[in-house]
Amino acid sequence: MQSLSNRAKKLEKKPMNFSERMYLPAIFQGLSITMRHFFKKKATIKYPEETRPMSAVWRGLHVLKRDEKGRERCTACGLCAVACPAEAITMVAGERKRGEEHLYREEKYAVSYEINMLRCIFCGLCEEACPKAAIFLQNDKLAPARYERDEFIYGKDRLVEPMPIQNV
Amino acid sequence: MELSLLLIKALIILAVFGVTLLIATYSTYAERKVAAFIQDRVGPNRAGPFGLAQPLADAVKLFFKEEFVPANANKFLFIAGPSLAMLTACMSSAVIPFGGTLIIGGEAIHLQAIEVNIGILYVFGIVALGVYGIMIGGWASNNKFSLLGAIRAASQNISYELAMGMSIIALLLVTGTLSMRDIAAQQGQELFGISGLNWNIFYQPLGFLIFIVCAFAETNRVPFDLPECETELVGGYHTEYSSMGMGLYLFAEYVNIFVASAVMSTLYFGGYNFPFMDQLGLPHNVVTILGTVVLFAKILFFIFFFMWVRWTLPRFRYDQLMNLGWKILIPLSIANVILTGGAILLKQELF
Repeated sequence: MQSLSNRAKKLEKKPMNFSERMYLPAIFQGLSITMRHFFKKKATIKYPEETRPMSAVWRGLHVLKRDEKGRERCTACGLCAVACPAEAITMVAGERKRGEEHLYREEKYAVSYEINMLRCIFCGLCEEACPKAAIFLQNDKLAPARYERDEFIYGKDRLVEPMPIQNV
Repeated sequence: MELSLLLIKALIILAVFGVTLLIATYSTYAERKVAAFIQDRVGPNRAGPFGLAQPLADAVKLFFKEEFVPANANKFLFIAGPSLAMLTACMSSAVIPFGGTLIIGGEAIHLQAIEVNIGILYVFGIVALGVYGIMIGGWASNNKFSLLGAIRAASQNISYELAMGMSIIALLLVTGTLSMRDIAAQQGQELFGISGLNWNIFYQPLGFLIFIVCAFAETNRVPFDLPECETELVGGYHTEYSSMGMGLYLFAEYVNIFVASAVMSTLYFGGYNFPFMDQLGLPHNVVTILGTVVLFAKILFFIFFFMWVRWTLPRFRYDQLMNLGWKILIPLSIANVILTGGAILLKQELF
């Protein structure tokens, strides 16, 4: 038959010579290969004691940042929700009341802000879309495994950065 | 006097039995570690330091499993199978000389459980009995896979016993005795001016090769583990076994490996003799203890070799196994006997 790629090689099956029929050289070759692996560095990472090093640009769990005075930066503009290819982000916007200036930086803020970690693909487009530098993907935290699906919907209680310690 | 002698004998028997079981126990651990290392993994390391308590954990697990007997199995034989396998496995280490003599208070104590002047024959008889445990267990299970495994084990052991016996006959022509103690002692003589290096491997390299191949087949180890070939026979003869019945079969295999390693070291690799043993000028008892340590080093190397081969070679096909046994090993071993006999005659004529 004509070969399509012209790269096919014609192989001839030769009868085995004496050393090949003895099998012993082949066995010793195999034994030497396994012995080499015996002394090789092991591929295992002993998980609870040591963890795989993460990349500096690793995109992990989201965080909603606060500014230098401890006010939430998010203004609930919705650009992250629009940018999200997996439609994982939902939010409800609200108006800042008088006396809440120390809590929210802008006049509009997110009353609720939820990310579904099962939908999220951790692409980081929300981070790029945010005009207020409010949302970031941390490079040292993962969304841990849980038993129920609704536990994967992260609200503001788990997303917003904790208040910095006040040193008055 | 008689009583103390009996006591010493009992102690030695107990020690040999204990060492056999201990080494077999830790062979299961070593097997898993060796497998892991060869496959670039780390192996069991959670139970105790370096996973050293792993055999204990395995035993506890096996003991707490349900002892299941299939409905249509012959209950007596089903239980007798693994018991017989374990019993015969433990019997053969009795005649192996684990060292020379210790002289305590002018009394020479041989480091050997029982001395019989037909030691090799005894080992052969017991090893041949070992297949009954597998046969009876597989047959009593009333399961086609088990039966096939049992039949394979029987035919394989019979085929390879012939070649093994022939390779031993060649060895007997060289040594002129059947006693394990005498064979071990003979190998302590001088070779090229080095004492303790008169090992039979230098006279019987082909015989040793045949013997080690047959030893792999007799202990049902890879590449000859067709009786428990899981790709074809589910689990082979131990398909229906659970709990300690299964445990005893697995354990018997490791005891058999230990015995096979000990026999190989004694028959071919000088037993408890090591090079320069008489030229070091050490006291007799120190040499004996050193010799025992050396013997165990040899045995452990062979146990490692069994595992090394297991994780290197694939399993034989059944017809390949029979071809190797009947068409290659038996003619080779007969040729070996004739060559050895001829060489001995020639030596008598010339010198």
